[in-house]
Amino acid sequence: MPSSFGNQLQSRALACIIERIGPYPFDEVIVLHNVQQRIRNFSIVAHIDHGKSTLADRILELTEAVAKRDMEEQLLDNMDLERERGITIKAHAVSLDYKADDGQLYTFNLIDTPGHVDFNYEVSRSLAACEGAVLVVDASQGIEAQTLANTYLALDHGLEILPVINKIDLPAAEPERVIKEIEDVIGIPAEEAPQISAKNGVNIHAVLEMIVRDVPPPVGDPDKPLQALIFDSYYDPYKGVIVYIRVKEGSVRPGDTIKMMATGAEFTVVETGHMRPNLLEPDDCLAAGDVGYIAASIKVISDARVGDTVTLKDNPAPDPLPGYRKVNPMVFCGIYPADGAKYPDLREALEKLQLNDAALSFEPETSVALGFGFRCGFLGLLHMEIIQERLEREYNLDLVTTAPSVIYKITKTSGDVVYIDNPTNYPDPGTIAQAEEPITNAHIFSPTEFVGNIMDLCQERRGVFKDMQYIDAGRVDIHYELPLNEIVYDFFDALKSRTRGYASFDYEVMGYQKSDLVKLDVMLNGEVVDALSFIVHSDKAYTRARKIAEKLKEHIPRQLFEVPIQAAIGGKIIARETVKALRKDVLAKCYGGDITRKKKLLEKQKEGKKRMRQLGSVEVPQEAFMAVLKLDE
Amino acid sequence: MSHLIGLYLHVPFCLRKCGYCDFYSRKGNDDLYDQYTSALLAALGRYGDAGSYEADSCYFGGGTPSLLGPKRVGTLLAAVEKTFGLHAAEITLEVNPATVSLADFQGYRAAGVNRLSIGMQTGVDEELASLGRLHTAKDTVRAVEEARRAGFENLSLDLMLGIPGQTEESLGETLSLVRRLSPEHVSAYLLKIEAGTPFSLRPADEFPGEEAQVALYQFACQGLEEMGLRQYEISNFARPGLASRHNLKYWNGEEYLGLGPAAHSFLNGRRFFYPRDLEGFLSGKEPVEDGAGGDFEEYVLLRLRLVEGLTEEGVRARFGYSIPQRLRRRAKPLAATGLMEEDETGLRLTRDGFLVSNEILARLLAE
Repeated sequence: MPSSFGNQLQSRALACIIERIGPYPFDEVIVLHNVQQRIRNFSIVAHIDHGKSTLADRILELTEAVAKRDMEEQLLDNMDLERERGITIKAHAVSLDYKADDGQLYTFNLIDTPGHVDFNYEVSRSLAACEGAVLVVDASQGIEAQTLANTYLALDHGLEILPVINKIDLPAAEPERVIKEIEDVIGIPAEEAPQISAKNGVNIHAVLEMIVRDVPPPVGDPDKPLQALIFDSYYDPYKGVIVYIRVKEGSVRPGDTIKMMATGAEFTVVETGHMRPNLLEPDDCLAAGDVGYIAASIKVISDARVGDTVTLKDNPAPDPLPGYRKVNPMVFCGIYPADGAKYPDLREALEKLQLNDAALSFEPETSVALGFGFRCGFLGLLHMEIIQERLEREYNLDLVTTAPSVIYKITKTSGDVVYIDNPTNYPDPGTIAQAEEPITNAHIFSPTEFVGNIMDLCQERRGVFKDMQYIDAGRVDIHYELPLNEIVYDFFDALKSRTRGYASFDYEVMGYQKSDLVKLDVMLNGEVVDALSFIVHSDKAYTRARKIAEKLKEHIPRQLFEVPIQAAIGGKIIARETVKALRKDVLAKCYGGDITRKKKLLEKQKEGKKRMRQLGSVEVPQEAFMAVLKLDE
Repeated sequence: MSHLIGLYLHVPFCLRKCGYCDFYSRKGNDDLYDQYTSALLAALGRYGDAGSYEADSCYFGGGTPSLLGPKRVGTLLAAVEKTFGLHAAEITLEVNPATVSLADFQGYRAAGVNRLSIGMQTGVDEELASLGRLHTAKDTVRAVEEARRAGFENLSLDLMLGIPGQTEESLGETLSLVRRLSPEHVSAYLLKIEAGTPFSLRPADEFPGEEAQVALYQFACQGLEEMGLRQYEISNFARPGLASRHNLKYWNGEEYLGLGPAAHSFLNGRRFFYPRDLEGFLSGKEPVEDGAGGDFEEYVLLRLRLVEGLTEEGVRARFGYSIPQRLRRRAKPLAATGLMEEDETGLRLTRDGFLVSNEILARLLAE
């Protein structure tokens, strides 16, 4: 049999494999072929709550990668936040050994992807590391917007889709209906799909055998120049950045000098290995078809960007793998410490989060109203919420955030084009020749009974109806073009409340569109509060201004003097409310010399003042800043 | 050197509890009054050897102290005099108009009481009924006349503002009656609905609203001033020189000793109080520590209750420094809106300022 690798001793790849599996009595090609043949790289695609993480847990159990007693619910979701919200925020990968019914031992590389649109790019890179995707659909819910979006992503990457019907234990389960839905909507056969209950561990074995049978083994030549796709990375305080890779071609081992093809950064590999549940297991080499990690004393995560291609400095691949792009933040907001003294803590916390999140951007910002803080950029709303929540929970910070903003594209009369992500920097209207805003393609999946409500909502949000398709008799896919700035403004909450939580939603930014935008300023006692300014379509300005004024009136306590609340465009007041002056707040009597009572009352009032921001002469509670972020109530 | 202190004796008994009251009081009987008098004497005895305290005011508050009767009050005052001197002291007894006869007044006068605080509340009978008071306006008139006849030259009337149904018109009637009775002192308190009292269960719309209360307060202040009763504290008015010496001790940050359940004390820089527990007091339980007192912040919050306010002179005498600039800086915008006055002699609240004094203090003293 002809060997493509030449001299056995010179074959890095074979040496690597032999070190791993011991000397084989076969021809080297057969050895390699056998190893690759027994690798299955796959991910699980599902809508939130459809049981992705539970299924992953069952697979971990059945492959005996984790002893039952060590099982913690949803093992792959490491963060408290992930477990609590039932969402996967970061990609996770784990290598498992599975002894199949055919008697062979297989290596399963399970790559769990975040299921949310904000992390679309990361999802696409994770999928690009796989040959197959297990599509989990809830037998009682059917296909949802995100399921479809991620399934299409998987199909785009040429992945084999393996449908699985989950939650058959539920009384409302309708597996036959869901099978038909998968066949009709996605257009793949689903008759053979295992019907499982991940929760109760029913039929998981069938899923594992399906993975062996239907996920194609990887291909790739271990002796070609290295091409490895980075699909995730995280910062480890001892080893530096741990880079998760899928080796497409070639091989990599400790001592190699690697080069990141997009950023050009070079490093010496210190360690390679496989991700086992709860630990990194060093191995001497990673070769084509493998999923594993590299540690190379990389200090900053931006040197190991998701989507980049790792190659060898001395024997570089001619081209990087396709599909790399630098992810750019889409949504911005100001984040301020409630207590100004915590500014350095906030900076440190953001720096730490950024170690693991190249998509998070931040730069110092000063607000007259809120003091020193940071302008932060996020992939989307969920990303923003997650970062805010992690700052508050993991770093114990009390935050005040400003309304989220998108990036507006402003062409000035001078011909200059500026991108504005902070309303404070919005140019003088007289200097603007044209304003453009980002527009999205949005799909809403919903039971038919809510179609009217959804269309009303989208209409209110300046949506342009594109089309509507029936998924089955009871459910529709409503397609709208929606301005991103309407989505970032409590759209999810509004959608949830108007569809009793039954609708699912997905969007992608499709480009910029000319728009009639204005900057709305809010004034308290005649002074503009910079943190409350925002950019809005002129049609929406009056309604928004009125609602904001009402909300502020609700949340600003009465003060020693009357506080006028005004909303203005340019110099023109378009909404006004008044917080009446406090007239009576007095302890008329001192009870039998009980001064302590009076002192306690004072302490309580002083304590209350700590949660207030002093804006000129007006005291504004932090809740007021948050309340204007939720107007659809 | 001996301390000049005020003495407060709490009498926690009432014939019946008024719906708005959250003072500590119980139903009593002669046996209990005797026991209680003994307990007060015992408590007084504990300060007997101290020798370092001298009282120039003694105040019987309640409850309804007049329930004790002249004899017990006399016994107590004799003991107080023995312990604390009571030289040229102001000796006040709170009196419920419905429960005191001419003979009682004479008895109290003979026992040494020289000032009465009469719980008039209002001169309108419907309002008295709505407060659940047992007396009528007529009883007040009779009580004042009999007190005068018994030789009392220093009378204070307690008024209440913000009573259900009270209007400027009805308050006008009350003030006319006050003018007729010509007291030396008036306390006019805005009714505060205390949690846990029967009044707190009544619908809010039965009570005058905030603006109406403000108007009643302003109306009362003006009416009282017009009859020569000068406002000297948020709720207190007096003819010149007749401000309550006892109450001024509270507002000036001076020392006082309170005996009886729920009575508070400030002595030697410490605040302490007897818990609201009659049985405990009867069995001789000691008062409870309530922390340090007398710091600058406390002084500010007390002094700003007075019309005179926080004076440079007073602050310098007590603390040895002048009014901090931070305080002045914060007072200036409030002065600009008419809630305070700020000048070289000091800081003070205006009448509008008094009405929102809690909020002003929080602003002035916030960290």
